[in-house]
Amino acid sequence: MLYREAGQFKTNYAADVAVFPILQDRIGLAVILFIAAVIIPWFGSSFLIQAIMIPFLIFSLAAIGLNLLTGYTGLLSLGTGAFMGVGAYACYKLTTHFPNVNIIIWIAASGFFSAAIGVLFGLPSLRIKGFYLAVATLAAQFFLSWCFIRQPWFYNYNVSGAIEVPTRSLFGVPITGATATDTTRYFVVLGFVVVMTWAASNLVHGRIGRMWMAVRDMDLAAELTGIRLLPTKLLAFATSSFYCGVAGALLVFLWYGGAEPAVFDVNLSFFILFMVIIGGLGSLTGSFFGAALIFIMPIVLRYVPPKLGIPIHPATVEHIQYMVIGALIILFLIAEPAGLARLWQIGKQKLRVWPFPY
Amino acid sequence: MDLLYKIFVDPFLQMGTAPDLLVQTLWEGLVAGVLYSLIALGFVLIFKASGVFNFAQGIMVVFAALTLVGLHEHGVPAYLALALTIAVMFCLAFAVERLILRPLVNQPDIILFMATFGLTYFLIGFGELIFGGETKIMIANQLGLPRGAIDLKMAGGFVSIQKIDIAAAIIASLMVAGLAIFFQRTRIGRALRAVADSHRAALSVGISLEQIWVIVWFAAWLVALTTGIMWGARSDVSFALDVIALKALPVLILGGLTSIPGAIVGGLIIGVGEKLGEFYWGPLMGSGIESWFAYVIALIFLLFRPQGLFGERIIERI
Repeated sequence: MLYREAGQFKTNYAADVAVFPILQDRIGLAVILFIAAVIIPWFGSSFLIQAIMIPFLIFSLAAIGLNLLTGYTGLLSLGTGAFMGVGAYACYKLTTHFPNVNIIIWIAASGFFSAAIGVLFGLPSLRIKGFYLAVATLAAQFFLSWCFIRQPWFYNYNVSGAIEVPTRSLFGVPITGATATDTTRYFVVLGFVVVMTWAASNLVHGRIGRMWMAVRDMDLAAELTGIRLLPTKLLAFATSSFYCGVAGALLVFLWYGGAEPAVFDVNLSFFILFMVIIGGLGSLTGSFFGAALIFIMPIVLRYVPPKLGIPIHPATVEHIQYMVIGALIILFLIAEPAGLARLWQIGKQKLRVWPFPY
Repeated sequence: MDLLYKIFVDPFLQMGTAPDLLVQTLWEGLVAGVLYSLIALGFVLIFKASGVFNFAQGIMVVFAALTLVGLHEHGVPAYLALALTIAVMFCLAFAVERLILRPLVNQPDIILFMATFGLTYFLIGFGELIFGGETKIMIANQLGLPRGAIDLKMAGGFVSIQKIDIAAAIIASLMVAGLAIFFQRTRIGRALRAVADSHRAALSVGISLEQIWVIVWFAAWLVALTTGIMWGARSDVSFALDVIALKALPVLILGGLTSIPGAIVGGLIIGVGEKLGEFYWGPLMGSGIESWFAYVIALIFLLFRPQGLFGERIIERI
């Protein structure tokens, strides 16, 4: 009843091609942003902000990055974890060598390092396709993981082999390191995620996004219509790795506060891929849904049984958790292979015609 | 110059001066290669027949081995345990077909790929729940597998060969031969090849896809069981084994996703290449290069042959 575009007339072309053509969508977006920027930092508990919202936003960003590559350009990548690692380590090297430069700049800049590495490992994508390419990106994953473990230069020859985040301030307020408050870090992460999501939205709705989608749907046909495959695919790799790199830097600098190389192993890549698939390939909204589901599901599984008074051994909980996650992934795929984003679309459509069935 | 010398000259000099070490390394590589081949074989069987890129093959190896060991721990005699395990494998193959493949029929490849991820997670949790997470010892003796080593005299020393490795190689060859005969000479084998060629055409001549999938998954589970026994006899049975699935991926793309000989040859190339690389070139780069060396070999091959060594030629049409 409320969600209906009756009476909203488009009078020019720009209004017609707007990303959110319906007024209610725009209001909804504003409400979400308001909740994220005002309500949560004011009323949210430290647990909500630190343990749920910050990682959720960071993983959403990584999922958007992978979605640009896998969902929009159709190139399956299993190297996400490593590209996030490149971002994190680049940011660490930069800020320890040039401590006076603003950390925000370094987090953004680390994305470019990640992008360069992404392009390098994306080069085979012109010749290799499908699962062959996925395995080729695994080469990046294992090679880079190995670098982070075995090459001491990356972690400044620390004895522990891990990187620790130094304290860095912006306008006198510490935003990374041990002294930064949850709320400050939350705002930084939120800022990055909002700006980069907006940028991604513009990318995929524009010429570049259409080129990517043409390549995804059939690269040979796309080439025949005059899209140059190599630059397009490499651009997708670069953009995707940029997003993943920034997400990786945020992950270490604003959430963990330090990282061992094991953080960026192949499981992280799979984790992000789950988010993208469950959320919906080729949908930015879906990336957020997927990140929410995949990240929050284990937390719920861990905290709910004790709350209900079911006494279970912690190890058993973990095993059952694995089983439930596995079963849920299969169930979701059977119920809606196009992901949560598709369910969202269907829901909106139903709402528009409510109370009529169609 | 020094670095170039260390990369291009020194390792070969070492090989020349200590041929026994070279042979030993080659043998170890071949043995590791046989196991990679077996895992890759499981992948290829399923990929050929159902087009599913089965990520769960690694955990299937672990699960099959654990079932066998677990049954034996509960007092079931070794050979009966083996028979029971095979029965369990059949039930699992049936369940996979009924619960995962059938509802997802005709979905894009990536969705089926993700579903096997779900299967992997499920089997990890399920396996640990039933059998516990601790490392177990494979019942190699009770199954009558040989143990101990043979020392062969060679120029400049001797080469030590584990008997179990010889057994593994023989069993693997027998299994491949058996599969080849099964595929080429039997009625079901012909049906399997038909399905691999084209699902739709196979359906239209009256081949039951469901049946074929159960058979193929059962075959893959059997391959997994064999791999599990062999690998378990060399080291232990634990969940850490599922990383060997990741090791088998470069083998797959090197040999081609659809080729059984490719899986075998690819496995041997990767096994040997990996061991040689680790032994002769590893120290230069700070060891541990086993983890990615195989991928780099595969990647280089792929750049020249995008469909793998034996894969079907990729023909693209609009």
